[in-house]
Amino acid sequence: MKNNLFIAMWFTLVTTVMFGLIYPLGITGLAQVFFHDRANGQLIEKSGKLMGSRIIGQAFTGPGYFHSRPSSAGTGYDPTSSGGSYLGPTNKHLIERVNGDVKRLQEENSTAPIPVDLVTTSGSGLDPDISPAGAEFQIPRVAHSRGMKEEVVRALVERHRKGRDLGFLGEPRVNVLELNLDLDSLHTAR
Amino acid sequence: MTANGWFQILLVLAVILAVTKPLGIFITRVFNREKTSLDPVLRPIEKLVYRLTGVDERHDMRWTEYTVAMLFFGGVSMALLYLIQRTQQWLPFNPQKMVNVPPALAFNTAVSFTTNTNWQNYSGESAMSYFTQMAGLAYHNFTSAATGIALALVIIRGLARKETDKLGNFWVDMTRCMLWVLLPLCLVGSLMLVSQGVVQNLKPYTTVALAESQTVQVTGADGKTSAQVVHQQVIAQGPVASQEVIKELGTNGGGFFGANSAHPFENPTPFSNFFEMVLIFAISSGLTYTLGRMTGSPRHGWAVWAAMVVLFLMGVTTAYWSEAKGNPMLAGVDQRASALQPGGNMEGKEVRFGIANSALFATMTSDTSCGAVNSQHDSFTPLGGMVPMINIMLGEVVFGGVGSGLYGVVVFVILAVFIAGLMVGRTPEYLGKKIECYDVKMAMLSILIMTFVILGFSAVSVVQPFGTSSISNSGPHGLSQVLYAYTSMVGNNGSAFGGLNGNTTWYNTSGAVAMLLGRFFMHIPILAIAGNLAKKKIAPASAGTFPVTGALFTVLLVSTILIVSALTFFPALSLGPILEHLLMSAGKSF
Repeated sequence: MKNNLFIAMWFTLVTTVMFGLIYPLGITGLAQVFFHDRANGQLIEKSGKLMGSRIIGQAFTGPGYFHSRPSSAGTGYDPTSSGGSYLGPTNKHLIERVNGDVKRLQEENSTAPIPVDLVTTSGSGLDPDISPAGAEFQIPRVAHSRGMKEEVVRALVERHRKGRDLGFLGEPRVNVLELNLDLDSLHTAR
Repeated sequence: MTANGWFQILLVLAVILAVTKPLGIFITRVFNREKTSLDPVLRPIEKLVYRLTGVDERHDMRWTEYTVAMLFFGGVSMALLYLIQRTQQWLPFNPQKMVNVPPALAFNTAVSFTTNTNWQNYSGESAMSYFTQMAGLAYHNFTSAATGIALALVIIRGLARKETDKLGNFWVDMTRCMLWVLLPLCLVGSLMLVSQGVVQNLKPYTTVALAESQTVQVTGADGKTSAQVVHQQVIAQGPVASQEVIKELGTNGGGFFGANSAHPFENPTPFSNFFEMVLIFAISSGLTYTLGRMTGSPRHGWAVWAAMVVLFLMGVTTAYWSEAKGNPMLAGVDQRASALQPGGNMEGKEVRFGIANSALFATMTSDTSCGAVNSQHDSFTPLGGMVPMINIMLGEVVFGGVGSGLYGVVVFVILAVFIAGLMVGRTPEYLGKKIECYDVKMAMLSILIMTFVILGFSAVSVVQPFGTSSISNSGPHGLSQVLYAYTSMVGNNGSAFGGLNGNTTWYNTSGAVAMLLGRFFMHIPILAIAGNLAKKKIAPASAGTFPVTGALFTVLLVSTILIVSALTFFPALSLGPILEHLLMSAGKSF
């Protein structure tokens, strides 16, 4: 009885050092050596300035940019406060928010039905992607605002379109931050 | 629903089928202390652990001593986790200068991680230091998983051994499980995840300049909103991959970040998502083979496996169908699936995962006691969100938590053969062991405790202001939130309808009680059954023995699981998700 209590104490200490310190620190070392960029969040650097992470979304509101999905992380795309809206499907706040966004998006773009990802928040609030439908929907607005031909913008979107992993896993998607940064390097945003 | 969606779902199942036998054989060898190819490396470490901790590896325990050792270890390690959280600001690896966790929250979290629940009333990125995450939380992911697996092995030994009261040594089972089963898979798995983009560093959070500055509405301390321009984004970092892999493999489910496996740094690509889902089912599936192998009846193991697959497919079909249909309340929105978009109910879901992978992850995380989420269950359609809830109410026996799924399903097997015995008027037998009054009593005890806690605490919470003030959705969805919370905590799952504010005195305390009852009041009856079974003789099978292999047994097991849970929880479910579904179809919002 008493023996097992002492073992419990020593066992907790010894295994905490093994699995709580040596294991994660060892993995950190290996990851930093073999996958340096990925282990540190795939940061984008432009002329010495950090512009974001390739896999963490940012908010965009100007007409010359592709817009990300709505976000419930903090005040929007705040990685120190990740999370969703947690609104149930019959919640009035959800329906009012979507109705408001639909109205705004139709005014800014066209009166076609809005691709659903553009009016729904993601689970993380940090979704870096929109669907190809969501990108296509915004092409005329972005092109018009930048005085570019739609085909040019569409070709750029096509370049940023990612298919399913291995051809069948997940969903096709377009990375908004990378697309917008490329747009900016082609053409200064207004 | 799309053909590609179904292909992805069935592919996961196919991989699980493929790993079941090799993993099951490996686990058998580890716990029988037979030779494995990892011995040259791990055996010296194992011996060192015994020398440092004073374990006599030749000592064999009775079920009572095994229980005492398990409870001592749970208590001591829980106390250490509490202590780490309460002192984290003075400990190393804290670049963000996180302050000490307040007592009620630290207690809830300590209980939560010790019991393999990983219910989280905090967001990792704003509350926990890297030291707490590594040495406190991730460490418990290892130990609580190993405890579950050890217990599963004890009940298997109870069935396999005869006329003995010895069931193994808790410390040896723990050590071998962590070193041989969990560690090698974690080493490979965490590097695999890093290669996909899961971060692994000890750096302070990274500040970056936004590509386009944003004007946002901020609510001040005085409750007034004001416009503020934001130029920067602060990106949370940390040793995520090493925790992510054991979180899934050990069916723990506690996210490094608040958004859990929806967060791009925890689950960056569809491939990482696929890998994480396989990890969630792998060990539990392997254990069904271990059950068959150690009791000398591999076909029994497969019959149990088949029952689990039937229940899994029922869940994932319902969830996928319901989520793919979308939300009928949204007007002017295109929710159809096409080559350009997944469509469906995308609130709370990531574009890279779409509908199929979100519904699949939700089903798997609740079939097991994992509780990691890659989408927010709170925002699922009523019937889609009911699937994870029912899965947990079934007792998480569809593969189930590592170990806990197996001993959970053995309880249902005992009930099933008991019912079959009553129907034909013979003493029920299970693999040659007579099932008697004591065994059935203990089995029922472990089932009733769950009912009692879920319905009892939910009932109190929906009539008292300290309970209702945390509910964030009105109407039947509010009841679903509370019901889901207690179901998840007593089931040691840890996923949530995240809108419920659990960080209050009532939910922190009642939740901790629910988690402890759900864990240890399951464990003690299970160990008692194991101890009792081991003492019995093994009777040879006769013409009158009800076979525990084959399709008839699988059907009986599935029916027993469904009937017990349906009778218990149908009234509560009809007032929550089912009512919400009917009202949603009628266009009513709350």
